[in-house]
Amino acid sequence: MSFIQTLKQSVGLSTDGLTKRKTVTFGDTTAVGNGRFWSIISVITLSMAWYLGSALELVNPIFWPAPSAVWDQFINISQDGYRNFTLWEHVWASLYRILVGFALGCLIGIPLGFAMGLSEIIRGWFDPIVEFFRPIPPLAFIPLVIIWSGIGERSKILLLFFAALWIMVIAARAGVGSVKLSKIHAAYSLGATKRQILMHVILPNSLPEIFTGMRVAMGICWGTVVAAELVAAESGIGFMIMAASKFLATDIVILGVIVVGVIGYAIDILMRKLEDKLIPWKGKA
Amino acid sequence: MSDLVVNDVSMVFDTPSGEQVHALENVSFSLKQGELLSILGPSGCGKSTLLNIIAGFLAPTDGTVELASTEIHGPGSDRGMVFQQGALFEWLSVAENIGFGLTMKGTPKDEIKKTVDHLLETVGLHDFGEKAIYELSGGMQQRVALARCLANDPDVILMDEPLGALDALTREKMQGLVLKLWKETGKTIILITHSVEEALFLGERLFVMAPRPGRIKKEYSLPFAEAGVTKDPRDVKADPDFGAKREEILNMIWEMEEEIMGQAEE
Repeated sequence: MSFIQTLKQSVGLSTDGLTKRKTVTFGDTTAVGNGRFWSIISVITLSMAWYLGSALELVNPIFWPAPSAVWDQFINISQDGYRNFTLWEHVWASLYRILVGFALGCLIGIPLGFAMGLSEIIRGWFDPIVEFFRPIPPLAFIPLVIIWSGIGERSKILLLFFAALWIMVIAARAGVGSVKLSKIHAAYSLGATKRQILMHVILPNSLPEIFTGMRVAMGICWGTVVAAELVAAESGIGFMIMAASKFLATDIVILGVIVVGVIGYAIDILMRKLEDKLIPWKGKA
Repeated sequence: MSDLVVNDVSMVFDTPSGEQVHALENVSFSLKQGELLSILGPSGCGKSTLLNIIAGFLAPTDGTVELASTEIHGPGSDRGMVFQQGALFEWLSVAENIGFGLTMKGTPKDEIKKTVDHLLETVGLHDFGEKAIYELSGGMQQRVALARCLANDPDVILMDEPLGALDALTREKMQGLVLKLWKETGKTIILITHSVEEALFLGERLFVMAPRPGRIKKEYSLPFAEAGVTKDPRDVKADPDFGAKREEILNMIWEMEEEIMGQAEE
């Protein structure tokens, strides 16, 4: 009995005793389990469909290669590389670009957002600029950055800096706006100077908003770098996909898509973990 | 002596819609060091404006406020504040919150620790120094707020509805703590509240304020705070005189509110 209990729990099927006694569950979202059991079924079913579709030759492998072909390419490119670089070097090329662009975006965007939150002149001066650039998808700047800086690293980093910048400006400005006046007044009454209030009250108080901005910016940057590499690049995971598609190497294309998905997911998980670690008070105040 | 003198303070300002608001008109009083004053009144009577002027966050359009014969021109650590809720720093531990003022002044760490440990004991939180703010109940958070304010050793403590967000039972307990701290530290305290009972219990002196223009309508000198230090709060509040005063003040405030409603209908 206890073994079955443990098994049910590990696949996310357990409902607690109180939930079982509830007479009304439709609309009561606390009574909806996480559904992990069905997630497992779903992944298995889709994988089986892919495998069977290929094994029974229902689709042409040029359009939809077998899992084994994708796996072989994974091993192959991890070791021997594709177009001068191994899979990991392609992944790192993309990651390096977003890390540098993202870091620059934070470095400029956070202080600018703070200044906009704290000064009428700076807010007024930069508001039209931010509001103009914010809704433009970063991809729309690809032709421009290629004209400016070619197809090398500089143009990618410039593009990603641009993608992260506006998100971070708005996040930092929102963070400043979220500080309660009573906290500021309390700090003044405790003898804090303006500089101390900036560093010890406004900055830590805006960390939750800044972190949310960082998570969004990382997601956007990842999407943007892959797209930019699809257009023009000499390395990177997007470049690998594009190069492979020109030779109808669909197995490599699919491999690339899966890697893009897994890394994007990993970035998000990592940012969430960091958030829990660094801002434990978020949502609890 | 660090007496607080509020001298003929008026506050008139224009709203964005062009309306002129007389938030305060010719308010004068003085508090000796160690006095406990509670202020009560319907919303719009200017009690928060008055507190903000004393704290130094607002400059009155007329009149002056002096503390220890020095005119107030801005906020300072000689006037500590306790707010209703949410004024603690969630990113700091309980002990770091209490030591915040001293840390900002650059006080040596071991001295801060000594003060903080003592205050944790005083407010009954001696095992909670390393806890996070969000792990504490509302009542405990207000204990931290009181301790944080006391750590700076201010001359005056200004409390803006400090117990307003607490449930009734916790509130009673905290009233006892405020009285205890008042007696032990000898601080001058000004406390704003919406509760008539609390104003009666936590005021040696009590101002009932009236709106339009904001002014002190009636002043009381009360024995209940002094009695509450030694006697059971329940007994003090059961005193017939306490009940009579409560009815009198409630009637006064209801009349004011009706007047406001009447003006609004015109």
